[in-house]
Amino acid sequence: MTNKLPEKLASRTALFVCAAAAALVLRPLPAAAQQELRIGVIAPVTGIFAQVGADMTNGFKMYLDQTNSTFAGTKVVPIIEDSQAKPDLAVTKARKLILQDHVQMIIGGVLATEGYALAPVSTELKTVYISSVAAADDLTQRQLGKYPYFIRTGWSSSQPDHPFGQWACDKGYKKVVTIGADYAFGYESVGGFQKTFEDCGGQIIQKIWPPIGTKDFGPYIPTIKADADAVFSLMVGPMALQFPKQLRDSGFTKPILGGTVSYDEAALPFMGDEAVGDVSALQYSAALQTPANAAFVKAFRAKYGKVPSYFSETNYSTAMMIDDVMKQTGGQWPGPEAFLAKLQALHVDTPRGPVSFDDMRNPVQNIYIKKVEKTKLFGYDKPELWNVVIRTYPNVSQFWTYGKDAFLKQPVYSRDFPPCKYCE
Amino acid sequence: MSAARIKILAVAAVLAAAALIVPHTNSFIILLATRAFAFSILVMSVDLLLGFTGLASMGQAAYLGIGAYLTAILATRYHIGLGWDFWLVLVLAMLGSALLAALFGLLAMRASGVYFLMITLALGQCVWGLAYRWNSLTGGDNGINLSQRPKFGIDLADEATFFYVVFVLFALSLIVLYTLVHSPFGRSLTGIRERELRMKVLGYNTWLHKYLAFIVAGAFGGLAGVLWAHTAGIVGTDDVVLTTSVDALLMVVLGGAGTLIGGVIGAALVTFVREYLSTLVHWWQYVLGGIYVLVILYLPGGLMSVPQRLREWRTASGAADKGVVMPAPARGAG
Repeated sequence: MTNKLPEKLASRTALFVCAAAAALVLRPLPAAAQQELRIGVIAPVTGIFAQVGADMTNGFKMYLDQTNSTFAGTKVVPIIEDSQAKPDLAVTKARKLILQDHVQMIIGGVLATEGYALAPVSTELKTVYISSVAAADDLTQRQLGKYPYFIRTGWSSSQPDHPFGQWACDKGYKKVVTIGADYAFGYESVGGFQKTFEDCGGQIIQKIWPPIGTKDFGPYIPTIKADADAVFSLMVGPMALQFPKQLRDSGFTKPILGGTVSYDEAALPFMGDEAVGDVSALQYSAALQTPANAAFVKAFRAKYGKVPSYFSETNYSTAMMIDDVMKQTGGQWPGPEAFLAKLQALHVDTPRGPVSFDDMRNPVQNIYIKKVEKTKLFGYDKPELWNVVIRTYPNVSQFWTYGKDAFLKQPVYSRDFPPCKYCE
Repeated sequence: MSAARIKILAVAAVLAAAALIVPHTNSFIILLATRAFAFSILVMSVDLLLGFTGLASMGQAAYLGIGAYLTAILATRYHIGLGWDFWLVLVLAMLGSALLAALFGLLAMRASGVYFLMITLALGQCVWGLAYRWNSLTGGDNGINLSQRPKFGIDLADEATFFYVVFVLFALSLIVLYTLVHSPFGRSLTGIRERELRMKVLGYNTWLHKYLAFIVAGAFGGLAGVLWAHTAGIVGTDDVVLTTSVDALLMVVLGGAGTLIGGVIGAALVTFVREYLSTLVHWWQYVLGGIYVLVILYLPGGLMSVPQRLREWRTASGAADKGVVMPAPARGAG
């Protein structure tokens, strides 16, 4: 056929052009410049946790804006990468940040799965990994030995639930039904509450585990035992919005004790008046009446149009802590080991209150018992839903009052631990 | 030289070029290429079912999962698979997933069309459910971390070395699958895809053919799983969830079903957009979505059908100029 020769030539040229273009595009990147602090931020920019990711990066960026992206004279370069809250993508992005962008540290990760995926990368590539959100208990407990470059500036899942269980018992609740998302974070939160509540004399009479992402609690609510004094719920994301509404609509009038993220400011503005009176516990509340928090909330709301959630505060204070360490070293990057040691030795006053670290590199901080109220705060003119603080437990560590060794002897909280001794 | 020969040489040339260029780029590109080639083995197995046998299975990630979890559990609990026994684990994973495919195939082969899709979806989700709940074995939704890559004379912890190992296994899979689909057995599969009733009338045991294809696909899924586990260093429920199966299916459709190498192109494109483009711009999802929609609307034969479409378009316009009516070109055999 007459067209064959030009065709062959065309396809061969195309092949060459593609190869050449590929070679040009895929050349190695130049090494990082000196006197720069490059920080990799791994957050879900897209996907179902995109709002959480936005909160995280906004909190971090706000501190950078306030300090003009300069820590102790050194320019800070944040590089934000999308993990879509998937562990293998988080690992891919972490490797890119460390090997290609030459960051000195990575922060972030939202889910426990991401935390467990990123921590080994930090060990393998000898780079600091600061988990500002990922709360899986064991990362700073039984598994810490595997991760010498890992530190947490956020919290551990059961940390706020320990004092909450104590508080519930002191309040006089005797029998509680727990309903928590059916995954590791849910198990650890319910476990923490159950341990202290039962050690004080209370009884968990039923444990319900709706799958994560449940939006219709119809199958679960009617099974809640009638002799419960209160319900402890651990709801994540869209579950947190649906559950209080559906529970109240079903005629349930007894108190709801919300674990950690169930009433966090990421969900609270979207809730209605049915949430008023519900109590929860966390290391942060946007309604905290301290000068540092008032300034933080007002600045954040002015800039991003919403009240900050703990996702934003924890990344803001992480940036603050990094800045404090850089101030100690006069702006010079001291290497990962020295940086971690200095970070661990810090005592910082953050918007959530005073924060220091225990010897397992987890924060020791205030835990606030807070109640949802419709009120006006910080000079805003409309009454809104706020998590008003009703009790503060200071200096709470991940081990509560049990002591490190005694605590570590028991297994990590799971679906079956602590066992449901009083389940009817 | 026949068209088929030219195609084989072109594909070999491009793959050889990739194998030569990639290790000299940066770490991130090597990682992405390794991921793409490892996943491509699964994608080619899906193409075997979809493109050559006409079976759309929405549960192939289950076999990736068997391979990946087996690797992870053997490595972390029993310290098997980190030396020369890596090859043993490879064989075990392929056998394990082939066995599961044999079991699932008995259930799935009772149905066809949409019902086959639904059954394979359900079976895939059964594996996901097991992975999610059997905490003591699989780590539940926390997954399993592999602390190191195998070392047998060569150290797979080195990214370039690992890339070569994955590439060689990928190339071998491609050669085996290519030989399979061009063998009499493979031709029968194509016949079943076109007109199963006619094949039955001609005396072929179509059920057995489909069942065997299903098992072969499962085995290659297991192989992909072993490599996938070592590439990421973690195995979790995300590897066996429905969207992973759908991903593989979409990559086949994107590249061109019934071409084997089409799935590899699809995998490369999706990996590039999802993991490389996402570091450059934040609207990458629109790009990926747009590509899917455009290909499905205008290129039902996938990206591999582009040269043929160009030829048709050129011949049609050439003939129109000359005022001659050309017969529609016959559909090529892939």
